[in-house]
Amino acid sequence: MTATTTAPLTTAAPRTAQGARRLHAWVTRAPLLPALVFMIIVTQLPFVATLVISFFDWNALYPRARHFTGLANYSDVLTQADLRKSVLTTIVLTVAVVLVSLVIGLGLALLLDRRFRGRGIVRTLLIAPFLVVPVAAALLWKHVLYNPEYGLFNGLLHWIGGNGAPQPDWVSNTPLLAVEASLVWQWTPFMMLILLAGLQSRDPELLEAARMDGAGSWQIFRHMTLPHLRRYLELGVLLGSIYIVQNFDAVFTITSGGLGTANLPYTVYQTFYQAHENGLASAAGVLVVIGSIIIATLALRVVSSLFREEVSRA
Amino acid sequence: MTTAATVAAAPAARATAQRRKGAALGVVAWLAGILFFLPIAWMALTSFHSEAAAATNPPSLAASLTLDGYRDFFGVGGGASPWPSLINSAVASVASTLLVLVLALPAAYALSIRRVRKWTDVLFFFLSTKMLPVVAGLLPIYLFAKNTGMLDNIWLLVILYTSMNLPIAVWMMQSFLAEVPVAVIEAAQIDGARLPVVLSRVVAPIAAPGIAATALICFIFSWNELLFARVLTGVVAETAPVFLTGFITSQGLFLAKVCAASLVISLPVLAAGFAAQDKLVQGLSLGAVK
Repeated sequence: MTATTTAPLTTAAPRTAQGARRLHAWVTRAPLLPALVFMIIVTQLPFVATLVISFFDWNALYPRARHFTGLANYSDVLTQADLRKSVLTTIVLTVAVVLVSLVIGLGLALLLDRRFRGRGIVRTLLIAPFLVVPVAAALLWKHVLYNPEYGLFNGLLHWIGGNGAPQPDWVSNTPLLAVEASLVWQWTPFMMLILLAGLQSRDPELLEAARMDGAGSWQIFRHMTLPHLRRYLELGVLLGSIYIVQNFDAVFTITSGGLGTANLPYTVYQTFYQAHENGLASAAGVLVVIGSIIIATLALRVVSSLFREEVSRA
Repeated sequence: MTTAATVAAAPAARATAQRRKGAALGVVAWLAGILFFLPIAWMALTSFHSEAAAATNPPSLAASLTLDGYRDFFGVGGGASPWPSLINSAVASVASTLLVLVLALPAAYALSIRRVRKWTDVLFFFLSTKMLPVVAGLLPIYLFAKNTGMLDNIWLLVILYTSMNLPIAVWMMQSFLAEVPVAVIEAAQIDGARLPVVLSRVVAPIAAPGIAATALICFIFSWNELLFARVLTGVVAETAPVFLTGFITSQGLFLAKVCAASLVISLPVLAAGFAAQDKLVQGLSLGAVK
């Protein structure tokens, strides 16, 4: 709408060149502003508020007792055993899920990069886990697969091993592993898709030339494919980390944060939603943000290098 | 003669070995695909079993099929109906996706076709907001909603889901709009076409598939969201994922019902995801991978 005015503007002889240029710059900028202003209000302002609240001792049940405490909440988060544990859990959960799904995703991408009968169907089958609503996926793992009495895993053990087969209680015995396995199942397709896109962006002529020169599959993989995939691997790791650091659904559903699986997002949720400790929750939230910023800075670097290549190629 | 024969035979033998290896790897790929799909297939099968048949150990594959799980889920025999939550999810997802398109299309235009100065910086600002975790602003948003009476209001979720998806949409759409050749646009303008005509006749046909994929991906993320919905909604504005959290604690024999619920609530996402399959990576990687 605003941009329609640019047409006469560009053709009209500018009387005051500088004024016209400034006006033109604003007309160009106008379509951008609603989105920009919206994002600043809805995402940046609340974070500033979180930052402010994190310096207060503020329990929602005792609003009168609210007072400034400086960095006390931060030292609480870092010294209280359960909060510190949740920092560690977040790191373990994220690293394990990202790395395992990356490795499996790479294997699947390599398999799918070849031509075989029904490749499209297999691709669709592999993407499906990513397209199950996260809460539904977590329920599926918790009740349908892990349940010690009638879950599929123990059912299969029973089927194979007969009546003497072990019937472990998966979630109670290995709670963190149980959460991780369900997340690996959901995130492997994501890694596969990114790496497959990377594999298919290789230069086929270059590969053909290498093959003509007698390079074996392993040599091609080691010296051509892997270096080419490096940035796609980095992108998978970083984007995966950003999404999984924030995971709430699986922890909330499978273990309800119990048995040592509470990660930071769950802890933040619980600290203010159930314990009403607003200040403490905010400090933990700020810590999640700091962690994310570290990952995000790296992620932005990778994305921008891919992006610049894209722009320069165009 | 003999040397010529072996020279000719060697590549042929290698080709056969290659073909055999290729076929074997194809089988491995099929097995992997089936393994990953198995939990979903099992979920679907269980949803059509009676509760008694669903809870046997070892599992009963050949039990007779019934729609009881679905009847139970939809509250036919009493119990909470999922329809209000499904409608809430539909409203939140569709409305926020429309709002995203309204905001992102002009922004993407200013970042691709008629570019502002420092357009890459703007683009990366949008990306950086995506990297701010939800918990970073959750508490102030909750307090704001509580004090303004916006708690348990589906339109608050619409606003938040819009902010969640806007960066993805801006990134994706600028990459789709950038694919429209500048020469074509200029040619149309020289022919005297005004901007609305250029947009509807030149830009839209080229960018339409990309815009559709963007909308589908935004829809998926909104439909899936749990944390905001869990904290900010209650009885009235409850969404489908929040409805699902009612199944977290076991309620006796309820496996078929859980499976039916999970499947029904995942169906829109599965449909949207398969429709957007080709552009899925581009959306998930924020346009970095094509």
